[in-house]
Amino acid sequence: MKGLDFDVAHLLAGGLVLISFMLLYQNRLYALLNVFALQAVVLSLSVAWQAYVQDANHLYVTAAIAFAFKAVIIPLALHRIIAELGIQRDVENVVGVGPTMLAGLALVALSEVVMLRIASEADVLAQEDLAFALSVVLLGMLMMVVRRNAVSMVVGFMSLENGLILAAAGAKGMPLVVEISVAFSVLVALVVIGVFLFRISERFETVDAHALDRFRGDQR
Amino acid sequence: MTAGIGAAIVILALPAATAALLSVLPSYRLSAAINVASAFVTLLAAVSLLAAAPQPNAYILVDDLNVVFIVLNTFVGFTASVFSATYIAHEIESGRLTPTHLRFYHAMYQFLLLSMNLALIANNIGLMWVAIELATLTTVLMVGLYRTQEAIEAAWKYFILGSVGIALALFGTILVYMAARPVVGEGVQGMLWTSLIAHVPAFDPALLNLAFVFLLLGYGTKVGLAPLHAWLPDAHAEGPTPISAVLSGLLLNVALYAVLRFKLLLDANAFALAPGPLMATLGLISVVFAAFMLYRRRDVKRMFAYSSIEHMGVIVFAFGIGGPLANFAALLHMAMHSLTKSAIFYTVGQVAQVKGTQQIADIRGLTVTHPLLGWSLVFGVFAIVGLPPMGVFMSEFLIVSSTYERAPWLALLLGFGLLVALGALVLRLQGMAFGAPIGSRAPAKASALPIVAHFALVLIAGVYLPPPIVTWFQHVAQLLR
Repeated sequence: MKGLDFDVAHLLAGGLVLISFMLLYQNRLYALLNVFALQAVVLSLSVAWQAYVQDANHLYVTAAIAFAFKAVIIPLALHRIIAELGIQRDVENVVGVGPTMLAGLALVALSEVVMLRIASEADVLAQEDLAFALSVVLLGMLMMVVRRNAVSMVVGFMSLENGLILAAAGAKGMPLVVEISVAFSVLVALVVIGVFLFRISERFETVDAHALDRFRGDQR
Repeated sequence: MTAGIGAAIVILALPAATAALLSVLPSYRLSAAINVASAFVTLLAAVSLLAAAPQPNAYILVDDLNVVFIVLNTFVGFTASVFSATYIAHEIESGRLTPTHLRFYHAMYQFLLLSMNLALIANNIGLMWVAIELATLTTVLMVGLYRTQEAIEAAWKYFILGSVGIALALFGTILVYMAARPVVGEGVQGMLWTSLIAHVPAFDPALLNLAFVFLLLGYGTKVGLAPLHAWLPDAHAEGPTPISAVLSGLLLNVALYAVLRFKLLLDANAFALAPGPLMATLGLISVVFAAFMLYRRRDVKRMFAYSSIEHMGVIVFAFGIGGPLANFAALLHMAMHSLTKSAIFYTVGQVAQVKGTQQIADIRGLTVTHPLLGWSLVFGVFAIVGLPPMGVFMSEFLIVSSTYERAPWLALLLGFGLLVALGALVLRLQGMAFGAPIGSRAPAKASALPIVAHFALVLIAGVYLPPPIVTWFQHVAQLLR
């Protein structure tokens, strides 16, 4: 692995983790979408760099899908949905920003400790890449847990998925990466359509315990 | 050999072609008939795999382990399509669904069969992942079919939890590839099950361990193991009943199959952690948790969904305990649970259709108003709680006794969970089956044939298992160690 190849890959993957943190503290939906689009751009750059370094042309397809779909189409669609459904623009957090960021730091530390120790036999690039990818995955999950709003849950899921695509692109010579990214895009598209069609704006949580009982089918 | 390849192609291509056809066919009566016919031919093709399995190639793999799953899958897929054909027409009459919904439903049904068969037969762990993802998507769409607030909530919950689950599973799959790459080289060989299992002793054990944790949590979400089960009761309760039957009887098994495949990988690597204790713990937690949750259920489909969590727990526990006897019992239990639980859902679906409610308290005296349905429900509950002489009794007995040999305390806990569940189900059954009848006395519309057929098989298996089946299961159990 040449020095420059490694440094650029490292920089881009580290950028993804940084943007995951930025996603955690956004408190406006539109700003959240913009930051997510930025993450998708960095992801596609990162995948394209892997394609160049590994000399794997099919990864350019994955990079293109990531860019077109997640940096352009999905953010635009979500912008329109927010406008049309009149969803509250503020993001409601279950947990405050401070504890969330601390939890995020702990998760990154965890994934670095786990991956750096484990993947010592794999080559250095793959090892660091996996550690960053796991961080992005865990931060995405954290975001899904701490947000109430359906749109920000979708954004959390997509950022989780960015981590997976990063890991798949970093695993040198892995087959089916393009197919997997297409399968994921279908999944995400359906979530977004679902949010739009069924006007899911909240996570079905309500302080009214009676309504909750009705949902559970346990009311008599 | 060519016959085997042909059969393997049929079980994938036929559902695909039928799904395409059904998505454009306007008449729902014709669609239902085609759905049944196609599922039947798929079943025949699957059975023929028993006689002549094809050689594994880069795409498909039929071995003694997955052929059991494939035959069970296509069989229940067929009977569920028969049930659905008679059941779903009534949903149109009662105005809960429109013909457009049904066109979508039938096309999706075949697509679901396709993705499950693909997940079972694929030799490539990446392809298996894609297939399970597609199966998840399809069932999400089916669960939300009624478009009520509850159905959409259930679908959304299933979607979010299922997506996170399969995302974790993908991370695990990537880690398996990373572990394989230094040994088997780059490219598609690193994802082929046949080459993985051949070279796994040389893989990096630490990577394999981490991969298995992700895979167990990821696919375990789809199996419905206890801390990750939250989607399961909602999805079962709010979707159309044939889909509840397919979810419980089949989709959970497909996810379980994925877990088993990776368990085999870890077993074959001497330095990796033993996957058994992890699986046994999760399984046991599921059993005990679900058994207690059964008591507070007021919705009948939701109650049987918790019973599915309990039984998947039993199966995962038994595979985790391992050894020829426990593995044999786990396989048998899986087959018996699929048959019994789907038949119970067929029964419950008809009951809910006739009575117009799924609330347990509004269903009373079934044996008086609808003797066939009522006694089917009684038989089904007796079978699923594991009373003799039904098949579930035999498998549970084997599981408890084989566990007792190895770890008496665990056997005690398991037996306690099973008894608690028995109490809950029998308690609820009393009110539904006996007592003064209330509600509609209109005759049931859907066919009782699938119910009777399943229960007959469960009864026969409990009384007498034909020696060829026993040898087959024993052989697979040896394979699993």
